[in-house]
Amino acid sequence: MNERDTPMLQAVLAQAGMELRLLVRSGESLLVTFGIPVGILVFFSLVEVLPTGERRAVDFLVPGVLALSVAATGLVAVAIQTAFERKYGVLKRLGGTPLPRAGFLAAKALAVAAVLAVQVALVAVLAVSLLDWQPQGGGLAAPLAVLLGTLATTALGLLMAGTLRAEATLAASNAAFLVLLVISGVTFDAATLPDGLAAVGRVLPVGALGEALRVAFDGGGFARGAFVALVVWSAVAVVAAARTFRWEP
Amino acid sequence: MTDAAEPAILVRGLTKRYGPLTAVDGLELQVAAGETLALLGPNGAGKTTTVECCEGYRVPDAGTVRVLGLDPRRDARRLRPRVGLMLQEGGVYPMARPHEVLRLFAAFYADPLDADELLERVGLTDTRRTRFRDLSGGQKQRLSLALALVGRPEVVFLDEPTAGLDPAARRRTWEHIGELRAAGVTVVLTTHLLDEAEQLADRVAIMDRGQLVALGTPDELTHGQRARLSFTARPDLDLADLAAAVGAVVEQPRPGRYVVHAANDPQLVARLTAWLATHDIALGELQAGKRSLEEVFLRLTAEEDRA
Repeated sequence: MNERDTPMLQAVLAQAGMELRLLVRSGESLLVTFGIPVGILVFFSLVEVLPTGERRAVDFLVPGVLALSVAATGLVAVAIQTAFERKYGVLKRLGGTPLPRAGFLAAKALAVAAVLAVQVALVAVLAVSLLDWQPQGGGLAAPLAVLLGTLATTALGLLMAGTLRAEATLAASNAAFLVLLVISGVTFDAATLPDGLAAVGRVLPVGALGEALRVAFDGGGFARGAFVALVVWSAVAVVAAARTFRWEP
Repeated sequence: MTDAAEPAILVRGLTKRYGPLTAVDGLELQVAAGETLALLGPNGAGKTTTVECCEGYRVPDAGTVRVLGLDPRRDARRLRPRVGLMLQEGGVYPMARPHEVLRLFAAFYADPLDADELLERVGLTDTRRTRFRDLSGGQKQRLSLALALVGRPEVVFLDEPTAGLDPAARRRTWEHIGELRAAGVTVVLTTHLLDEAEQLADRVAIMDRGQLVALGTPDELTHGQRARLSFTARPDLDLADLAAAVGAVVEQPRPGRYVVHAANDPQLVARLTAWLATHDIALGELQAGKRSLEEVFLRLTAEEDRA
C-alpha cells in the first residue's frame, strides 16, 4: 500500500506550522517569551539601577536576556502548551494519526527554533542598534550554547508537561522561571547573592547558558564549566523526559 | 494486503486488565470488510478498552487483535494511514479553528478528502473561524467525525459518536455514518443507545463486564423468542373472557400489563381490539412479535447482575 504512505515532510511541516501558530496565538505565552526578556533588556540598559559589576549594563544584560529568552520558550511556553495538549487529549488523538511521535517531536522542535530565531534576532537588533552593544566574539560558541540551552530547557519543560497535571505544570514552570531569573545572574551580577545561592545559580541551565554566552561574547571562546553543565542538563532532561512522558491525559 | 475473505477486524481471546479490574475478558469478535458493527453495553462494559486495543492505544494482556490483517501496535506505521478514529474526548487544540485542524490532519495523509468540502459536508462552514473551545457540543463532535474521515479510511472506529448530542444533531451524525457504510467503509462504533445500534449497525455486539453476551443482527437479537403480543390497559381485566375471545392464553405478569401467548397475526390483533372496544377499555401500549432490543439488552445485562 505504498500509495497510502504518509507524506512525512508535509506532515511535519504542517504540524510545525500549527504548533507555531498556537504558540503565537497565546497572549500570555508571548508576554513571557518576548515581553519579559526584551523589557528587562531595554529597561535595565537605560536605567542603571542594577549592580552589573564593572561592565556596561548592556554587555552584562545581553547574554542573560538571551538565556532568559531560551528558558521562557522551552521551560515555560512549550511546557504549558504541551501540558494542556495532553490534558485535552490532543496528544492522544495525534497518536492515532499517521504522524509518528518522532515527527511530532521534530515539529515541536521546528516551532521552538522559529520562536527562538525571532527572539535572538530581536534581542540582537535591539542591543546593537539601540544600546550600542559590541560583542567581541562568540560566532561559534554562542549558537552552540543557545542550542544546548534550548535542548535542556525544552526537555525540562516536556518532563513537566508529560508527568504533572496541566495546572501543576503551569504553576511549576512559571515558578521555576522566576527562581532562575533571580538566582542565575541574568539581570544582576550573581556575586551580590549569597555564595551558596550564586553557585547553585551558575550550574542551573539559565545561569550556565548566560555564563557561556557572556564568555563567548567577551571573546573568551568556550567556557568549559558552563558547557559541561549545559551538556549534563540536556542529557539528563532528555532521558528523563523520554522515559516518563505520558501521552494520554 | 488483506484477502477479500479475511475479516477487516479480528479479535481473538482479547483480555485487558487494569490492576485488579478485568476490563475485557477473553473477547472473540470478527468484523467483515464493509460491515458496521455496534458495540453496545452499559458504562464500564469494556467497549472503549476493546476499541482502544484495536486502535493501538492499549496493549492486550492476552489474545490477539488484527485490523486489516495488521497488528495495531507493531504495524502502526502501515495501519494508521488506513484507519480513522474518533475518541470520546475531542482531542482537538482548544485554540485552533475547525478548518485549521482539518487541513492539518489532511496533511498527514497521501490522498485526503478536500478539507473545505468535508467541512461543508458536516455543516461546519459557518464556524470555520470559531475556536474549537467555543464550538457547541454537536459541532465539536462533527469536527471529530470529519477528522476521522479526512484520510479516506478503510476502517473507522467511533467511540460514542453521538454522546451529548441533541436529537437533530444525532440524526445528522447517523446520516454521515450511514454514508460510510454505503461507501463500503468498515465501521465499529460504541454506544449505549439502543436505537442508535438498531439504526446503524449490520450487527450488534452486546458487552457486559468485559464479555460478549450477545452478537447478531438487530433482527436476530430481537427475534427467536416465543411469539407473543403484549399490551397495557387498566389492571385486572377478565382474563378468562379475553382468552376465550382471542383464542389464546392471556397472562397479566404485572398489574396493567398483559401478554397474549399466540402467534402474532392480524386476526389476533383484530380480535383483541374488538374485545377491548366491546368492553370500552382504552389501550395503552401494544407491542407485537419481536421484543425490543432494549428488552434483550436489559435481560442480558440484568442476568449478569444476578450471577
